[in-house]
Amino acid sequence: MCMRFRSVHTGIVAGLAMLYLSGCDRESREFKTAPPGIGSRELVRTSAIRAGPPVPEPKITTYQDNAWAVSEGQRLFAQMNCAGCHSPGGGGGMGPPLTDEEWRFGSDPENIFDTIVKGRPRGMPSFAGRIPDADVWKLVAYVRTIGGLTRKDIWALRSDDLSATTPAADERGGPPKARK
Amino acid sequence: MQHLGSIVSTPAGPQASAIHWLWNIALVVASIVYVITMGALVAAMRRSSWKSGADAAAHLLPTADAHSMRWVGGCTVATIVVLFAFLVADLVTSRRLSAFERPRARTIRVTGMQWWWRVDYLDTIPQHRLSTANEIYVPTGIPVQLELRTADVIHSFWVPALHGKRDLLPNHRNMLWIQADTAGVYRGQCAEFCGHQHANMAIVVVALSPDDYQRWYARHLLPVDTLALSPAQHAGQQVFERKACVMCHAIRGTVAAGSVAPELTHVASRWKLASGAVPNTTDGMRRWIDHPQLLKPGTRMPDVPLTRDELEALVAYLRGLP
Repeated sequence: MCMRFRSVHTGIVAGLAMLYLSGCDRESREFKTAPPGIGSRELVRTSAIRAGPPVPEPKITTYQDNAWAVSEGQRLFAQMNCAGCHSPGGGGGMGPPLTDEEWRFGSDPENIFDTIVKGRPRGMPSFAGRIPDADVWKLVAYVRTIGGLTRKDIWALRSDDLSATTPAADERGGPPKARK
Repeated sequence: MQHLGSIVSTPAGPQASAIHWLWNIALVVASIVYVITMGALVAAMRRSSWKSGADAAAHLLPTADAHSMRWVGGCTVATIVVLFAFLVADLVTSRRLSAFERPRARTIRVTGMQWWWRVDYLDTIPQHRLSTANEIYVPTGIPVQLELRTADVIHSFWVPALHGKRDLLPNHRNMLWIQADTAGVYRGQCAEFCGHQHANMAIVVVALSPDDYQRWYARHLLPVDTLALSPAQHAGQQVFERKACVMCHAIRGTVAAGSVAPELTHVASRWKLASGAVPNTTDGMRRWIDHPQLLKPGTRMPDVPLTRDELEALVAYLRGLP
């Protein structure tokens, strides 16, 4: 091989390697490790009036930047019947919308985890013991994407079965403002 | 009875027999043509090696050899005849495969899910409808219509002993007629890559004599008699209904009515668990419930934290559902 060809060849291989390595985490799937559960972190402090601030360190980042987890959360949102109260895209119905800016009980991952696992007043049931913690974290990741709180490249696209409605992730202009 | 280890499936029904017939014709004819063609090639190479120089060059000119031209013309005609014969055989086979319309035949809806098969026995009378998973029971000698749907991605239904492949397409309904002529267990597989556990998406078609089939069907229509459960099984039922199981699975006769996972009313009589990935024994069920992500990584069934007592009660409950 002549020198110029070899350096071009090396450059191409290095470029492809960088592309490959940078894309690794977005879709990495950890089937066998268990993410932190409800007992493994400090509880969120709540006051009587509004949701308290989250625990400053360490923040839960399990699954929150993972496209596969968000896709699984989309599946679980339908299968665990979150869609029954919150509507299939999270637009709200019997339950409040998850796509707007108002988060009554906090929008950090820990807050949403508590909402799902402990339930909330006026209608949100508690799913403790019914949905395993790993699946709750996937739902948390999905709910945050439909609320527009995460980076865009992990948003769930259309679900695998074809449907006629546009997913919330396709809407432009950010999350809608809450009605006052 | 199909030998599950054989490379080539023995046809067990008229559709598979038709495909087998066509395949044999293609194999025999193609083999003969191959031998003749290779023989001619070898002969041509050997002939050209005898000549050299100007003679060889002259030999290569097409106009110089009227004898060869007759051979080429004759073989072209023979090729056209053979291809036409293939066309006729193909059309005959297609007609044999499609000539099974029966106005009141049993219809079984097979829905491909990731990564299991939902099997619904349709009936005009709602109380006679049955829903199982990963196994299709059919009576021998009677054509059965399969309605193929999918709940997520493209799958493909393939039971080689009975028919070719038929895809399951989203938002689309495909129909397939099968008929098993001899009683037996016929193994099938998903034949279109559908995700992480595509390789562990097996299905079996079990053909029983019509009397046996009626008995099997009547027994499987029965819901669980919760009053007849032993105390250990009752404890297992409590675990089932208080933990994550009830969110996805259904057991007729109890409050469990989940619809996104295999129905478990008669799970102890299934051929295997996890769509062919786990043996249906007490130990297999215990290992599967304890750590599904280890046995079938990526499966939709999550790892649910259970104490040892809860797991044993659950296994006792499910193994007692014949």
